[in-house]
Parts: sequence; C-alpha cells; structure tokens
Amino acid sequence: MLFHTTTRKSRLARVGSVTALALSVALVATGCAGGGDDGGSGGGGDGDLSITFVPKNLGNAYFDTSDKGGEEAITEFDGTYDEQAPAEGTPDGQVSFINTLTQQGVGGLVVSANDPTAICDALNEARDAGVKVVTFDSDTDPECRDIFINQADAEGIAKVQVDLIAEQIGDAGQIAILSASANATNQNLWIDLMTEELEANHPDIELVETVYGDDDDQTSFDKTAALLQTYPNLKGIVSPTTVGIAAAARYLQTSDFKGKVALTGLGTPNQMRDYVEDGTVTAFALWNPADLGYLAAYAAKALIEGDITGEDGDEFEAGKLGSYTVGADQTVLLGDPFTFNADNIGDFDF
Amino acid sequence: MTNATASAPVSHRILQALGGVAKARETGILVALVLVVIAATAKNPNFLFSTDGFRDLLLTPSILLLVAVGQAIVIITRNVDLSVGSTLGLTAYLTGRLFIDIPGIPIVLVFLIGLLFGGFLGLINGALIAFAKVPALVITLGTLYIYRGINVWWTGSDRINASDMPKDFLALGTKTLLYIPVLTIIAVVVLIAAGWYLRNQRAGRELYAIGSDPAAAHLYGLKVTQRVLVAFVVCGALAGLAGVLYSARYGTVNSQAGSGFELEAVGAAVIGGVAIFGGSGTVWGAAIGAYLLFTINRALPILGVPDFWQRAVVGVLIIGAIVLDRLLALRQTRKLTEARDND
Amino acid sequence: MTETTTATVKIARSYRDYSAPLWRRVLLTRESAVIAALLIVILVASLSVDHFASPITMTYLLLDITPILLIALPMTFVIITGEIDLSVASTVGLSSVVLGTLHQGGMPIELAAVAALVVGALGGAINGFLITVVGLPSLAVTIGTLALYRGLAVGLLGTTAVTDFTEFWKDLAKSKIGDTGVPSVMILFLVLAVLFAVLLHFTRFGRGVYAIGLSPEAALFSGVRVQRTKFILFVLTGTVSALAGIYYTLRFGSARGDNATGLELSVIAAVLLGGVSIFGGRGSLHGVIAGVLLIGTLGSALRLASVTSDVINIITGLLLVASVVSTSVLAWLGKRRARQGNTARNAPAAPQ
Repeated sequence: MLFHTTTRKSRLARVGSVTALALSVALVATGCAGGGDDGGSGGGGDGDLSITFVPKNLGNAYFDTSDKGGEEAITEFDGTYDEQAPAEGTPDGQVSFINTLTQQGVGGLVVSANDPTAICDALNEARDAGVKVVTFDSDTDPECRDIFINQADAEGIAKVQVDLIAEQIGDAGQIAILSASANATNQNLWIDLMTEELEANHPDIELVETVYGDDDDQTSFDKTAALLQTYPNLKGIVSPTTVGIAAAARYLQTSDFKGKVALTGLGTPNQMRDYVEDGTVTAFALWNPADLGYLAAYAAKALIEGDITGEDGDEFEAGKLGSYTVGADQTVLLGDPFTFNADNIGDFDF
Repeated sequence: MTNATASAPVSHRILQALGGVAKARETGILVALVLVVIAATAKNPNFLFSTDGFRDLLLTPSILLLVAVGQAIVIITRNVDLSVGSTLGLTAYLTGRLFIDIPGIPIVLVFLIGLLFGGFLGLINGALIAFAKVPALVITLGTLYIYRGINVWWTGSDRINASDMPKDFLALGTKTLLYIPVLTIIAVVVLIAAGWYLRNQRAGRELYAIGSDPAAAHLYGLKVTQRVLVAFVVCGALAGLAGVLYSARYGTVNSQAGSGFELEAVGAAVIGGVAIFGGSGTVWGAAIGAYLLFTINRALPILGVPDFWQRAVVGVLIIGAIVLDRLLALRQTRKLTEARDND
Repeated sequence: MTETTTATVKIARSYRDYSAPLWRRVLLTRESAVIAALLIVILVASLSVDHFASPITMTYLLLDITPILLIALPMTFVIITGEIDLSVASTVGLSSVVLGTLHQGGMPIELAAVAALVVGALGGAINGFLITVVGLPSLAVTIGTLALYRGLAVGLLGTTAVTDFTEFWKDLAKSKIGDTGVPSVMILFLVLAVLFAVLLHFTRFGRGVYAIGLSPEAALFSGVRVQRTKFILFVLTGTVSALAGIYYTLRFGSARGDNATGLELSVIAAVLLGGVSIFGGRGSLHGVIAGVLLIGTLGSALRLASVTSDVINIITGLLLVASVVSTSVLAWLGKRRARQGNTARNAPAAPQ
C-alpha cells in the first residue's frame, strides 16, 4: 500500500479541514494578538517608560511583593508595568523572556538573575537595542547591566543569619543550609560569606551540608525531610530564601523535631507568622522587598530618561524613598536587613 | 489419569500456592523494597524507627501509589496515559481554590469534586482514544500540554498557600491512625478495591483480554470501547484524588505541581511488572513499584549517594525490569513450546 | 449465441482513472496543509502583531527552534518505522553536561564536543541494542533511558550549571549570516536536512525505512535488514540529539543537567503535526520541517503579542490532538462514503 489511493473528495476534505483548523487557530491567535497589542509598546528610547520586571520565577511570594512595589512606583510616574518570568528558576528560562522583551523594544528591564553569566549575552543584546537593564536582588556580572540595586550589604545579610542561628543553637552543633537554586548569584554569595563568618567566629558550629530546594516548595519540603533524616544530630537549618524557609517551617511544624531543630534565614512576615506564633521559628531576617522593587523601578526610570548613566556618584530621586547615590560597581544599596520575631511580626503585611 | 488432581492433599495445594506467590513478579519487587529499607535502616535507624521516619516512609509514596494504580489499569489495556501529572496539578489547584472561594466547604465534598473532576479529564482522554481510535500516546501527550497550560493560565502568578486551607484538611496530610498515616490508608483502600476488581470482576478481567489482543477481544464480543473508556476515567479519577491528597500533604500548590509524575507512574508500573504491551501485571506490583521508587529516593542520601543520582537509579531499574520481563517471557515461551512438543 | 450483448461490458477501471494530476498530488497532501497553515500564520502575525515582521524575530525564532529542527530529522525516520524515541531530550541534557564538565576540567572545547557526540551515539546504541537485539518495545526502553540519561546528567553536575565557555564558540552559535538575520547554525541544519532527505527519499535504506513501518515482516522477507536499519536509526537519533545539546549549551552559555527537559514532547508534537503517522509507514521531511516551523512561529508570534506561555502550550496541545484526530475522523468519513459508494456500485445488475 505504497500508493495511498484515497478518493479525491476525501483528500480534499482532509486538506480542507486541516486548513480550516489552522485558519481558526490563526484567527484565535490574531484575536489574542489584537487584545495583547493594547499592552504592547512602541520602540525603545528616551522617555519610553515601559518597564518589565523579570524575577527569578513566578509564584514566589517574595517576588510578588517586590514586583508590586515596582508596580506602585511605575504607576506613580505614569509608566507601563509588566511582569514576565519562567515558572522554574532556570537561567535559560529567563533568556527567552529577555529576548522577547528585546524584540518588543521595552524601555527598561528589571531582572533578578538565576545565574551570573548565563543571561549576560541576552542582556547585552537588549542593551544594544536601547533597553536599559537594572538588576535587583540577584546580580549578574557587572558588564551586563547598567545598575544593580542591592537590598543590603552582602556581608551584613550573611552575618545576621549566622548570628541568629548561633544564638538559637547555643553557638555549638551541626547546621545545614537549605538554599534556592544551585547557580543563584545572591544565595551563593551569602553562603560563601556565611561559611567564612562561621570559620572565623564560630569554631564550634559545623556546617554539614548545603542542599538546594530550587525555590520550589515541594522540593524544599522534601529536602528538609531528607536533611532531618540523614543528620540525626542536626541542631539548626539556615535557609537564605523565602520559599525554602517557608517550606522547611511547614515540615518542622508537623514533625518530631519542632522546637528541637532551630530554623532561621530570610523569610516574609506573612508566610512565617504562623510558625513564629507557635514557636517553630524564633526569629528570621529580611528587608522590605516592596521597597526594593520600588527603588529598582525608579532607577530604571532615571536611566531611561537619561538622568543618570549608572556611574559612580550619580544621584537620582526615588519617590517616597528619597534620593539615592550610585556606589562602586554601579551598585545602589537599599538599606540594612531587619530581624523579625514574635514581638514585631504583627506589624507587617507582606 | 482421571481425577488425580481433585484429591491432591491440602498441604500440596498450599505449597503450590506459596510457590506461585514466591515466583510472582511482585514478590521480587517486594523483596527489593525490603532490602532497600533494611540497608538504609542499618545505616541510620531513624529511617524506619523514628515516628517521623516511619510516617514519611509510608506517607510520601502514597500519592504516587494512586497515580501508579490508575496508570497500571490503563497500561494493562495496552494504552498509556501521559496526562496524569497535569491532571494531578490541576486538581490540586482546584482543591485549593475551592477552599478559598467557598469557605466552610465540607472536606468530603472536596474529595468528591476532586475525584469527579479527575474522572472528567480522564473521560476526555478516553473518549478521544476509544472513539477516534487514535493512539493513547499521542492524545495524552496533547492533553498533557493542554491541562498543564490551563493550570498555569488559571494560576497566573499566584500560588495556593498552606494558610489558605482549613487546618483539618492539612492535618489529614500528617495525621496517623495507629501509626499509619491517613493518606496511606486511603491509598491502600483504593489499591485493595482496584486489585479485587481487576481480579474478580468480569469487567476487570476483560481489561486484561483487551490488552493481550485487542482484535481478538473485539471479535470475541467484548465491549472494547466501553472498557477502555472506563479505564481512562478511572485513571483520571485516581489522579484527581491524588491531587487532593497532594494539596493536603504539601499545602502549597503552584502551577508546576505534579509535573513529571506521569513518567514516575509509568516507571512504577513497569518496575512492578505491568507489561508495557498490556495484558499482564497487577496493580499490586505497580503499588510496590511506587513505594520502591520513593523509598530509594529517600534511602540514597542515607547510604551516602547524593540524591542527584536518584533518577539514574530509576532508569536502571526500569530497564532492568523490562529486560527481566522479556527474559522471563522468553523462558515461558520456550517451556510451553517444549511441553507442547513433548506431549 | 444469438444475441450479442448490446450493453457493453464496462471496462475495468485503469490506473489513469485513479491517478491524480501532478499538481493535485503535490498540493493536496497533509504536508501541504501544514505548509499552508504556516504561511497563513506568518502572514496574519506580520500584519497584526507588533514587531513580528523584523529580522530579529526570525533570528530569535530560528535560534530557539534549532534543537527541535535538528532532532526532528532523525525522529521522523524513527516514527516512520513505527518505533519511538522518548530519550532524546535526556541525551541533549547528557551531552550538554559532558561538554560542560569536560571543558571545565580543562579539555579544549572542540575535543569536549566530540566526546559529547560520542556519548550521544553510545546512548543511541544502547537504545538500539535493547530494542533490536533484546527485542523490547521502544516505548518502554526509551522511557527507561529517558530517566537513565537524565539521571546521569543530573548526577554528574547536580543542579549547578557550568557557564564558563569561550566567547568564540558562544558567539558562533548565535552568529548570523552576514546581515540577513538568519543564524549561521541554519547552514548546519540545512546540510543535515539535505542529507536526511536524500537518505529517506533516494536511497534503498530510506525505502527500507518506509517498508519497515508498513509491515516489518514483509520488509524482512523483502530483504530489508530490519534490525540493522532500526539500530542505525537509533544511533543517528542519539548523535543528532548530542549535536543539538552542544548547540543548546553554546547558545544559552549554560550546561545544566536539567537542560531541555520536556523537549522530546515538542519534537514528537512537531513531527506528528507534520504529517508523519504514529502508526508508521507514512510521512516526509518537508512536512515535519513545516510542522516545527509552524509551532515555533505560532509560539513566537504569541509571545510577542504578550500571550503567556501557558496559552501557547494549550494551543500546541490542541494542534497536536486536532491533527491526529482529524486524520482519524476523515479516514472514518472516507470509509463510510466508500462503503455507501460500494453498495451503490455493486448493486446486482438486473438479470438479463
């Protein structure tokens, strides 16, 4: 049956229906395109205040807050806000979104990088096309972006977590780290600094392992369970990522180890309130992610309008946060980390 | 040679039955599972003997158990369902949404809705496969995309938080009854029901016939279309139930819940002795396969192997299982041919 | 014999009654439908989506779908023979990891790339061995090797990514031909496409592939070396997947164990959309290439129109399901009409 002898009519019908199908799909696409077009922007360049946030991944409470802060700022100065991110925190996931944004010619990109070098090429292509690139929360190599908005001094962030865990376990014992994804610039930097700090000032604390929860709730949950199983003498867990600490706290809450294994790290008050109130977690740290996003948006605006170029010493206005100066390595510092505990956790809502 | 067999002594029959059990494929997997648990417990007694350890050992695989049982039923009919992971994720999200949007909704009702919704998604698969006579691989590949896409679209950039769900529901995720987690009990009840049905009910046994030779089954007069449809509905319903259990266990549900489960379910079924070409295998095997997969995952770090190698181990197990099945089938054929030739 | 039959006996229908004119045979095929759909989508998108009709769009589009394009070539062969290979994405990941770890360990990138290709070929050989020699069903085997190869990739590198590759090769992966906006990697793809097309349509090997798909036993008795052909196809698939892995790594500049997870589904969806029958024995490369381009263009246009990626996935899934179901439905319709036509034609003639 090498020759398909179907009648002409059925072949015509077959072709006809497949083409009709394709047509209808194309029409649907046009419909969507038509709808989406209203949100599309014109070419990049001076004065185009369309700024898109590209966080590490979607469905992350921390980035929800920071991007809302950015949205608030953008509404204040009458720009256009958008948020695009992959579902999983991988570097190549971000690259395709950055490419699309380059094609669309947005005014500015605000990125939290999943890897310091992997998205560099895409970012540089964007900059060549006239898009201003601001990184926040998690940096890339300095040559790929115009400005980095740092939430706090990295050593400060590392030290506050080490201090908290040392305090909670009596400055001696085994601890483990539950991080985000293995390549995340910010977490890796903090982990390195934490290790240094531990070696320098806390000789009786042993860091047994660092596991990666990939900023995925289920993975972090399961990894916590595995840590507690594998190291029966574990006294504390440090999780420098809000997804990780929330998942770990949830596991601890229903396990035998509640109260026996200390948990600290970086978390958002809303996610951690339950656990602080019932004693699973004593204290943790963070800064205000909304302020971070807000500041990043204003920095992008300043770059787009040509007020600053990202050089050392440049100054710009950031709405209700006041004015900020660009420091070394084109970095802007937001402030200091803040410690949350049972006394003050009721005062915050993010 | 008239009725010698009829009066075989009871002890002989018992020995025969025991021999059958011992030679059963499922026993091999069970032995492997026990060995893994022993090895891990030897290294770290907490693996089995601490309350947490024992609970987690039984609890986490029970979600995959449900999905694997459903998958086994479909594979027995010589089909495959690749969309179960997406069904699980969609139902898990639906569960969370129900609790958020309809405060005070009874938990039993949520379970029922999850089952029905999963069954509905399975019905779509089954209808396309049974009526349009398209290979299941392709249809379920498409619905895997479609259901996951709907899930992501519906979720947006949100996620369901543990705090959004009622405490009793979440408690189900860790509550134990006589040291056995409630979720495991639910899964085992379903398993027993499925196993009984497949073995003792005509509709169940007909699934095996359909898987062995669909053309012959059709000629014999079996309602092939109807049975296949029901198999997919059951598979979807079980995936839906697993989705409800997932949200009880993990609390937080994002748009990626359940991705990858379909291949684990197929792997569990294949390791458990369900032939990928249909017609043989039991849901018990699939269940043990599910347990084996998850237990290896937990045992590896204790045995000193970084759990990154877990997927490689699973792959070796799957290939080993199908090679073993093939060798056993060849030996069986040879024995039968010899018996036939010698008679 | 007094009366010669006045009613002339109807002459049996000849081949000419069945054959269609050339233009019909070329244009009214499944593949042409896909190509037509592709053109329609491009046209509609250029008119209604901002920024679509610019060279940079084509560049990104082609750069993005190159791995799928590459792997779809041998996958077409595999599916035509009635088998399937689900392990291609894991081979991409494994070759990516091999490239990354060897390069990180100091090997020059060219050697590491060759090693990655060898690893891919080896993976394909294992698949082929288990399927042809041991006689296992390809679905089960490739599900197992999907897990195994991905597991090896993740096991070797954990979830770290090697991102330190020489600029020269990274730029080469993304470079364009002159000013046109067409990526240079398209040259590689075109060469491979021509080779595979020649192999499929102009050699005995290719004819054997079709024959195996239509009936392995008949092919065997016709002298086609079924086992050897299938084995070669799986080795080819493994090697080309490794090549795609090398490209993927250099394009994104990051070698990671999880690279290209889920790619096999995109490849199979595109191949099936392009007119290859899942039952085997039917299909051609131009349809498949059009299928890949169709899915890629649709995705690119929708992304540019700010339609989220989930909707794109829904549409891909719907296209896949619709394309396969429509073939079935049309065949059923055709059979019904033929049956009715038959009963009309074969009505017994009135007795003379």
